[in-house]
Amino acid sequence: MFYVLEYYLINYRRVWRGSVLSSFILPLLTMLGFGVGVGAYVTGGVEGVPYLDWMVPGLIASTALQVAVGESTWPVMGAFSWDRLYFAQAAAPLRITDILDGHLIFVVLRTLLSSAAFLAIAAAFGTLHSWWALLTLPIAALVGLAVATPTFAYSATITVDSYLSILYRFGVIPMSLFSGVFFPVESLPLVFKWVAYAFPLWHAVDLSRAATLGIAPAWSTAGHLLYLALWVAAGWLLALRQFRRRLVL
Amino acid sequence: MVTLVLPRLISYEGAARRSGYVVERNAATLSRSYWLVMISGFLEPVLYLFSIGLGVGSLVGDLTLPDGRVIEYAAFVAPAMLASSSMTGALSETTFNFFGKMKFRKLYDGMLATPVRPIEIALGELAWAMARGNIYAAAFLVIMVAMDLTTPARAVLAFFAAILVGFAFGGLGMALSTYMKSWQDFDIVVSVQFTLFLFSGTFVPATSYPAALRWLVEATPLYRAVDLIRALTTGSAGWFQLLDIAYLLAALALGLTIAGRRMGKLLLK
Amino acid sequence: MTLIHARGLVKRFEGFTAVDGIDVDVQPGEAFGFLGPNGAGKSSTMRMIGCVSPPTGGELRILGMDPVREGPKIRARLGVCPQLDNLDLELTVRENLTTYARFFGIPRKVARARADELLDFVQLTERADSKVEPLSGGMKRRLTIARALVNEPEIVLLDEPTTGLDPQARHLVWERLFRLKQQGVTLVLTTHYMDEAEQLCDRLVVMDAGKIVAEGSPRALIDRYSTREVVELRFAAESQEPFASKLDGIGERVEVLPDRILLYVEHGDEAVAEVQGRALSPAGVLVRRSSLEDVFLTLTGRTLVD
Repeated sequence: MFYVLEYYLINYRRVWRGSVLSSFILPLLTMLGFGVGVGAYVTGGVEGVPYLDWMVPGLIASTALQVAVGESTWPVMGAFSWDRLYFAQAAAPLRITDILDGHLIFVVLRTLLSSAAFLAIAAAFGTLHSWWALLTLPIAALVGLAVATPTFAYSATITVDSYLSILYRFGVIPMSLFSGVFFPVESLPLVFKWVAYAFPLWHAVDLSRAATLGIAPAWSTAGHLLYLALWVAAGWLLALRQFRRRLVL
Repeated sequence: MVTLVLPRLISYEGAARRSGYVVERNAATLSRSYWLVMISGFLEPVLYLFSIGLGVGSLVGDLTLPDGRVIEYAAFVAPAMLASSSMTGALSETTFNFFGKMKFRKLYDGMLATPVRPIEIALGELAWAMARGNIYAAAFLVIMVAMDLTTPARAVLAFFAAILVGFAFGGLGMALSTYMKSWQDFDIVVSVQFTLFLFSGTFVPATSYPAALRWLVEATPLYRAVDLIRALTTGSAGWFQLLDIAYLLAALALGLTIAGRRMGKLLLK
Repeated sequence: MTLIHARGLVKRFEGFTAVDGIDVDVQPGEAFGFLGPNGAGKSSTMRMIGCVSPPTGGELRILGMDPVREGPKIRARLGVCPQLDNLDLELTVRENLTTYARFFGIPRKVARARADELLDFVQLTERADSKVEPLSGGMKRRLTIARALVNEPEIVLLDEPTTGLDPQARHLVWERLFRLKQQGVTLVLTTHYMDEAEQLCDRLVVMDAGKIVAEGSPRALIDRYSTREVVELRFAAESQEPFASKLDGIGERVEVLPDRILLYVEHGDEAVAEVQGRALSPAGVLVRRSSLEDVFLTLTGRTLVD
């Protein structure tokens, strides 16, 4: 498993510059353009805090989601269909779980890395109200894993990459827009509110927000963690099943 | 300007017809997964409208336009969503897809063994991208009317403006693609696109930016597009919008001129 | 009328010259070949003839027209089968032919009828509605050839038509191309297989390093540059070199390759007897007729396929 991870880390050393852009600069711009810009018009703040401070923890969680999904779509599909990397690994003395877990750990590390950078920026802007904010990192890793595992399963199933665009448009984008990152889900109509609760991202957003603002989350912490863990477990089993189907003939 | 440049680029009998064959080829590839992608392409700006326009709108409340009129936040954001989605649609078809077809699938090499010429391929691809984009724009405007964010008459005008925006970005996108070396370069395109999306007076009036940033923003194509469509849907269009139109036409002409020249160079070596 | 006429044709890329001043004339109805190893300049020549690559120098006229100014008009009358299949993977086998026909402005109805005819010709009727991806290499090649015929071209350009195919698939392609030739279609092909050139070409030029080194019919070239028969000897040793001197005086010429020695002779069996008379016992002996491979070896001192 660690050999697999090592491969991805070595590979990442070559391409990290490109990823700085998508996983760090873009969220930063979102924070400036949207958080600061719109924040100036949200005169009363949200739930008693300035809009920017309120939005930033959501953005940290949502960036974790973007990075994790990004690393679990094209790279995974490509490793099956294009450069056939997984097949090469399967020919080496590695188990299927090594191949899967090695890649997953890399995805989590990538997620952590960009979350940490973002957290530092957020601190520089003075949007963090509490030392509990450090907990946004494990939360980011958890939500990253919660979406990466089912995405691995999905990417391992499809063979045409237009299905990845479909995943983005029907899954990732709605989730990013309606999980309480930009506005409280409580203002959504009832049905949509429950859709938002079903998204793993909302749970991470609520936890992160509680952490950076130093307040209690809207739901019980244990409930949040359990729900995200459920996604991780179910996703991992699905991914393992699909990997086995593709790699063991 | 377009009428000046275009005839020179395509001065060969049957150019329009042959561009049409390129469109036909694309239409023949439509499959089930593609339809889903198409529907989802329409869904995206609508989701943004609901999330930002209504969700964040409920936090922002109403907005005062530079001319003093007060409109609800959704009516302010919606035309910007339309302009951005016209941009995104046109760019994704003319950069990502176009590049893949040209460099990796060698699709155009096969086409070039026929009487079809590079510029005709470019125009065909652009027309195809536009056909898609126009359907999205029309559907989005219908929703805007239904949500009472604009009137039907204004929506019709905005529809034509959205077509112009799509063409302008399509032309620019194609010109850019001919300079692309690898997929990594597209990260930059996507980033620039996203930056434009954030700062083109999309979510807040450009007047709220610091002066230097404001001048920079006002010179970008997306800002001009947003300005044009917003003026039309909110009914505040004036002489100033002629500048927007001229700007977008110039962008289109520039894009096509560069794309036509560079494609010839790249494909006919 | 000469279909293809080139004088002093040159193609230069940054830093190197791919085609270095060649003269070519192709007459209607003939099968004309460019034979040479990889990198000899065959494909560059083909691309210039296909009007997708402007010549750097010299004169080139195709169907009496200038390829730079009248590319579309010329291409309307050419069929091109490129070295690497560039079929449209998003379309089915039949759609590949019908959409391609549309690029030539062929009416839809005619295109459909012609696609069916051509699928029959290249024996792909059963796969008509399949996608391109799952087809075998030979099938893809045949489909590319069918696509090149969709506009009923006056000249068909085939760049390495059977490279990468297994022997069975090659023979099927050859057989189809032979049928085309019989129908009077002008074929221009490049190849680095001498058997392909011998099978298909009425006339050919041998190319090496961008230049034409010989020209004629396969028979005439062999008569002129080689002997009637060749004896191939393989000795079981690290190097074949030491044995060469012991073969002095047998046949007209001795050629030493890394893995064997070639003896150019008029009568193979007599030569073999003489070799055995000198108490040499090669591990392998093969007597064969001279081929274009030998012509190339004589002309350039190198083998075609390495």
